[in-house]
Amino acid sequence: MNAYRGLAIIFGFYALGEFGSSVFNLSIPGSVLGMLFLLAALITGVVQLEWVENEAELFVKNMSVMFIPPGVGIILYISLLKSQLVPVVGALLVSFLVTLITTAKVVELLRGEGR
Amino acid sequence: MNPYGIALTLIVFYVFSEVHARRKAFYTNPVLLSIATIAAFLWFGGFSYDSYMESAGILKFLLGPAVVSLAVPVYRGLDTIKAYWKEITAGITVGGIVAILSAFYTAEVLGGSSNVLLSIAPKSVTTAIAIGISEKIGGIPALTAVLVILTGILGNAVGPELLNVFRVRDRVARGLAMGVTSHGLGTARILLEDEIAGGVSGLAMALNGVFTALVLPYLIKVL
Repeated sequence: MNAYRGLAIIFGFYALGEFGSSVFNLSIPGSVLGMLFLLAALITGVVQLEWVENEAELFVKNMSVMFIPPGVGIILYISLLKSQLVPVVGALLVSFLVTLITTAKVVELLRGEGR
Repeated sequence: MNPYGIALTLIVFYVFSEVHARRKAFYTNPVLLSIATIAAFLWFGGFSYDSYMESAGILKFLLGPAVVSLAVPVYRGLDTIKAYWKEITAGITVGGIVAILSAFYTAEVLGGSSNVLLSIAPKSVTTAIAIGISEKIGGIPALTAVLVILTGILGNAVGPELLNVFRVRDRVARGLAMGVTSHGLGTARILLEDEIAGGVSGLAMALNGVFTALVLPYLIKVL
């Protein structure tokens, strides 16, 4: 088992995604584009699942800790947050409720008709 | 390079992960508690964010390859996607767009500034992708990160109960709604209830992330 093969593939597709996103001036993040490229490579068999699965799992399972440094950046925006508390909290609650129920009802409707 | 930022992050996260392992509840979310603790430490200790990020920034960089790695769970879920392709397509298209529009317009009506609107629009998407979208469209990635986690915590805390109130019983509908609305934290909760709902939820989270990344930057230009 060579972990470098998996890491090389993952970082290679990440670089490819960033490259594609900047060269074609896309609004899609390079990481998402890289993920689509890797998915296409897995589906077409260019990349075998066992070449990347262990390393990919390591990244996916440990993603949480990576959110902390960008999240701590909130201290730079405390005064903005204070003045924008009502729109922020309001939008969070309203959008959560509306999205949850709309999605559930649309899918439920579709399921009911299918039977 | 100073090592204190990464050391502080790992120590604080380790401690709160242990707390969470012992008391699994939405209010022991280790990421949110770590952000709050480190932010308070920097704020009251008079340390600069830049000096903290000098080494902690490595962890943020790893979000890129982590998002690329999401291709593996999606690839593994291809059979589930094929089995429920209609439900998944409808749920993600409707849910993904409703999530963006409802957040954007509610914030606007309540007097939100444009950088707040841009930061809150991707809040239903898994954190790593949301941060990437926020950076691309000119939002505040830090604010997006915190809002995404809060959205996840909401779903984790009250999602299934709200679905009960609105009498949603279908497990595929419940799973899709949780994944599209509150990403990983919602998925973790619905997985406890039902394996099929959990599997659909996890896929919905990843696919909604891709869908939102493709649609939101162009949608925002016309809003």
